[in-house]
Order: sequence, then structure tokens, then C-alpha cells
Amino acid sequence: MKVVAGLIEKTEVIDDYTIDFHTPNPDPILVNQLEIFYIMDKEWAEANGALEATNVKGGDEGNFANLNANGTGPFMLKERQSGVKTVLEANPNYWGSMPGNISEAVFTPISQDATRVAALISGDVDMVYPVPVQDWERLDGAEGVKPLAGPEARTIFLGFDQDREELLYSNIKGNNPFKDQRVRQAFMQAINIDAIKAKVMRTASQPTGLMVAPAVNGFNEDLNNSRMAYDVEGAKALMAEAGYPDGFEVTMDCPNDRYVNDEKICQAAASMLARIGVKVDLLAQTKSKYFGKVLAQNNYDTSFFLLGWTPSTFDAHNPLSALMSCRVDGMGAFNLGGYCNERVTELTKMIQGETDQGKRQDMIDEAFKIHQDEVGHIPLHQQPLSWGISEKVSVVQRPDNVLDLRYVTVNK
Amino acid sequence: MIGFITMWLVQSVIVMLTVALIAFALFRFVGDPINNMVGQDTTLEERAELRERLGLNDPFAIQFARFAANAARGEFGFSYQHRRPVSELIGERLPATLELALVSAIMAIAIGIPMGVYTALKRYGVLSRAFMTLSLIGISLPTFLIGILLILFFGVILRWLPTFGRGEVLELGWWTTGLATGSGLRSLIMPAITLALFQMTLIMRLVRAEMLEVLRTDFVKFGRARGLPDRHVHFKIALKNTLVPVITITGLQLGSIIAFAIITESVFQWPGMGLMFIQAVGEVDIPVMAAYLVLIAFLFVIINLVVDMLYFVVDPRLRVDRAGGH
Repeated sequence: MKVVAGLIEKTEVIDDYTIDFHTPNPDPILVNQLEIFYIMDKEWAEANGALEATNVKGGDEGNFANLNANGTGPFMLKERQSGVKTVLEANPNYWGSMPGNISEAVFTPISQDATRVAALISGDVDMVYPVPVQDWERLDGAEGVKPLAGPEARTIFLGFDQDREELLYSNIKGNNPFKDQRVRQAFMQAINIDAIKAKVMRTASQPTGLMVAPAVNGFNEDLNNSRMAYDVEGAKALMAEAGYPDGFEVTMDCPNDRYVNDEKICQAAASMLARIGVKVDLLAQTKSKYFGKVLAQNNYDTSFFLLGWTPSTFDAHNPLSALMSCRVDGMGAFNLGGYCNERVTELTKMIQGETDQGKRQDMIDEAFKIHQDEVGHIPLHQQPLSWGISEKVSVVQRPDNVLDLRYVTVNK
Repeated sequence: MIGFITMWLVQSVIVMLTVALIAFALFRFVGDPINNMVGQDTTLEERAELRERLGLNDPFAIQFARFAANAARGEFGFSYQHRRPVSELIGERLPATLELALVSAIMAIAIGIPMGVYTALKRYGVLSRAFMTLSLIGISLPTFLIGILLILFFGVILRWLPTFGRGEVLELGWWTTGLATGSGLRSLIMPAITLALFQMTLIMRLVRAEMLEVLRTDFVKFGRARGLPDRHVHFKIALKNTLVPVITITGLQLGSIIAFAIITESVFQWPGMGLMFIQAVGEVDIPVMAAYLVLIAFLFVIINLVVDMLYFVVDPRLRVDRAGGH
């Protein structure tokens, strides 16, 4: 939130229902970003000393607004035991429209996959997520429940360290093979994305050629379809041409509890790369270990990795800036491999301020095209949303994996 | 006795400090808490600032000293994830774990001891053999598998019992109990059985082995020769003499029931301390993990003290030994 708030120069109250936001430059994305701000009552905040944001190690860890609800939303907090149960009830004075008919909602975190699925099948709960993809058949076979799947806006991709002169985890010393575009392209062509879809993702993933999903503003259907084809022989030839006819060894970093079947995707990729002689040493670990190793605070300690990204703004600028721009001026914070093309970075800066949608789309297309041609990353797929619901209820599945209670209907 | 307690106090402080030190050393390997606390758009500078504020950049010795000093005063800081004092969180979760552990322990004793006695007396009976086979399953099947099988059978197929959670609870001051409501009791059945099964079979096998041993001793034969009725011989003479080691083992096992409730709690989403610990590991919530481990170590230390004192009460020989200065 601080990041977004930093984009705003000043705010001006026009009347009870109108606020003007002033930005230093034209900003077409701000409207999407404002969505994460929640409105609180000023008098309430003043009365309870909740005017400042929480300082985790300061004197106000118990900030009143952390543990007490205030607002004008569709639901009111009735009971909350963190980590155990949260009960919400409909707000009778809600100002907006409510297409669904929920009067009370109970959220219970169930951490074990098997217990969660069992709770749905036994009728103890009406909706669960996530459901492991391998349990879909079980839900299909059970009475009164069904799996609910759809494409999530989260794109899963592989990335390479293209920044260091020598890879940290490889048997190639003295130079970095990933700086050679032919090697990156060979890796891309060696990955059989349809096999990953069929075998690992139970046909539920959406293979992609772009770093953004169709639900994201700036997505281009044609570019997405021009994904480099699977071609092992071509990949081998490229490797030979680049001077690695026998391949090389590299360590791959992979989370094992962050994305849908993340470790299995890495295993599949590793065995596919073995066919072009690349020996992948897979280091799959829990998300806090994985992120602690590969992110900026640990100096991007990785040579080859799998990562997923949902643009929080639902606009192409966000991944362009965070994943694909050079690591300058606060951009490229999650560009773990240090992919750097100055034109892409320049375009990203222009996209941020361009308000003409046509021109803006052209710039996005150009940036995506360069990144795709250079194989800056290997986009794999959009992972599936995997929910399970009772046939007694109907819900709307949003591509950002958020359950909006306003659109939940219980059939009577 | 005073000397004994002083010795015990010194020993416990050393034990607790060691546990805290080992736990603290382990936390360096559980990963980075920062990424779980901030959004993906948070800048690098802000992440670094947060690290600094949490004191994660300080040298290990300073972090540990700070933790130990606070813990000694009963302060475990604020949970990174829940943003609430850890002591408050533990206070909320403690009743669920203790209730589950206590019910399991009672169940294990109430069923385990009679089964043990029975299998010792009727060694070749059909029922005895059935019990022995059952106990083999109880000892060899892992807890989480038993839990999941119970859920599948009684929760999903038969739909007799709820599959997760603690049901409705009644608040008695700071304590919450599920023993007073129907749904609370129904929710308790499967987790309690899962947790009790291993202890139950352990107690049963222990009682059986001890009984067989005692039944061969001279004083039992002498009792028989005096013409005492079987019941008197079996329960007043034999069982009484088997119970000394059984009490010891059961006492120590109570500690492990509480500590190892982690698995049962996470299978049944039982809102106790074990579940909180598992969640804390996933989120790298260091204050919660540290507090939990120290608390469990403390429980073990206390239980050991009680068991040691029981020895003094039950077995006069020990007192003589100490007095003799061995």
C-alpha cells in the first residue's frame, strides 16, 4: 500500500462523495491500484488511536485497526479467532447491491489437503479451496459436490541468471551459458508444455507464450500463440552451436508448497532438459526457504528457477516493471535472473505514463515481443484455480482466486 | 528433599536454556519471515527496514540473549503473523490441547490397563489374541494415517462424526471447553482415539508383560497357596505390584501426548497449540515457534519433577539410597 500511496502527490476532498487524486504524471493504472485501499471512519480511527499504519516492531503492534473492524462493506465481523474461525454476517445497511443471498459466512482454515476435501464431501462445509488437482476425480465421483476449475491469472515461468559473469551453481566455469540467447532458446524448445499440461496438471493448465494471462490488461492473443514450439532436435542443435554439445550441469531452485504442483513441474522440466544433455540438480524446498534464498535480500542467490506471478494491478505494466525490466530505479525487484534489455525498460517507463490506450498497447506489444524473442524467461502456463463446492451453493470464480461473498448464492 | 529440589531447579534451568538455544539455532534454517509479512509490491528498502526493525540483522548471540531475557519474564513478544502477543495466543490455544491430551490419556489408561490384565490372565483366549493383533496395528500404523482412515470411515462414508474442528465450545472465564456441548463431544471422539491409540497399546503391552512377570513370583504363588480367591490374587496382589512402572511410564507419556498432539491436531484441524506451531513453521513466525518449544520443554521438566517425587512417595528404597549417600 505504501508503494501505491507513494504514487499520489496529494488528495483533495471535493465533497462527501468525491475525492480528487493528484499524481505528478499521468497515471492510467492508479485506478486499478486504489482497489487495495479500504475506507475507514476518521472519527473511529482518531478515537481508537489507529491513525498510523502498524509498525511491526514499534510500540503499536496491537494497533486497534488490526483487530477491530470498521467500514461500510457488505459484511460485518461477528466473531474472529485468528487461525481458527472467522464468522461474518451480512450488513443490512450495505450501500451497494448484493446479487447473492448469504446471511452468515464461516471461514475455517483447514491446512491438511485430505481433511479439507473430506470436510467438503461429508457436508461439513459447502465450499473449499484449494483442492489438489489429483482429487478432482474424487469430487466428481462423490455425491452432492463438484470441483470448480478455471484459469487463474497467475503465470508460472522459469527464469535464468543472465546477470553474473559465472553461474553460482553450474559446472561451467569462467562464463555464463545463460547469457547466450541460443542456450535459453534451447531450454525453451526442450520443454514439452503439452506434456506438463497433460501429465502434471491433469489438463487443467493453460499453456502460455506470454508473461501475462488473458485476464490481464495488455494481453495479446497473437503474441501468446506464437510460443516457441517444442523441438528437441532443434534444441540440441542450438546447444551444440552455442558450444555445449554435451550440455552442462545447473542447479534449479523451486518452491514445493507455493504454486499448484510446483515441485512436480520442476521435476518434469528437469527430465525434459536431460534430453538435451542438461543435468538439472533440483533444489525444491518450502516457500519461506525458497524465497529467502532467491529474492533480492539474499542477492538473487539462484542460477535457474521457477516462479509465479499475478499482476496485482491486473495490468501488463506490473510484470514488465517487476519481472522484466533491468534492475534500476526501483524496477526489476523480482527480476531474479537480471534479464536486462534497455528498450524494454524504456518502454515500461513510457507505458506507466501513457494514457492513450492504443499507443499504450503498441508499446506493451513491443516490449513483450522483444522479451519473447530473446527468451528472457520461459513462460509455462496459467495455473488452474481449483475450488470444490457443494451443489447447494453457486459462486463466481474470480481469476485472482478471491471468493467474493456478495456473489455466493445458497439454493434453498 | 530441599537439596533435591535445588538440584532439580538447576538442572531444569540448564535444560530450558539448551532447548531454547537449539530451537533458536534452528530458526536460522527455517527461511525468511519477511516475504510472508509483506505484499509482492513492497520495495526492497522497506523489506530491509522491516528486517532491521525485527532485529533479524543482529548477531545471533544478541538475538538469543534478548529472547532468553524476555522469556524469563514470560514475555514472548508479538506473533509476526497474528500481530498479537504470543502469550495471549497460547492462552487461547492451551485449553484445546490440554483437553484433548487429558481425554486421550484417560482413554488410554481406562482401556489399556483392563486389556493388559485380561491378555495376561487369559493368554491363549481368542479375545486376547484379537487384542494383541489390534495392539500391533496401534503400534505400527502412523498417527496421521489412523486419523485420515477414521475421517474417511466415520466422517465421509458413515457421516456420524464431524471431520474437523472442535465444534461448539463453552467459555468459562479464560478457559474454553468442548466437553459441555454435543457437537464438542462428537468432535472430540476421533482426535482423542487417534491420539490415544498408540499410548493405549503401549500401556496394554506394558501391563501385560509386567503382570506375566509378577504372576510368576513367589508371593503370588504363596497367596494362591493360602487359598485366597483368584480375584484377590490378581487384582490386590499382582496388579498392585505391576502399577509402579505403569504409573511412571504413563506420567512421562502424558508429556509426549501433549507434545505429539501436533500431528493429530493438524489432521483434524484441532485448534490447539500443536496446530498453531505447525502454522507458525509455515509462516516462519519465530516468536510463536520459540514460545511453543520452550513451553513444551517446561512441561516435560515439570512432569519429570512430579514423576521423580512420586518415586519418593511410592518406593521407600529410593529414600534409603539417597540417605546412604550413593
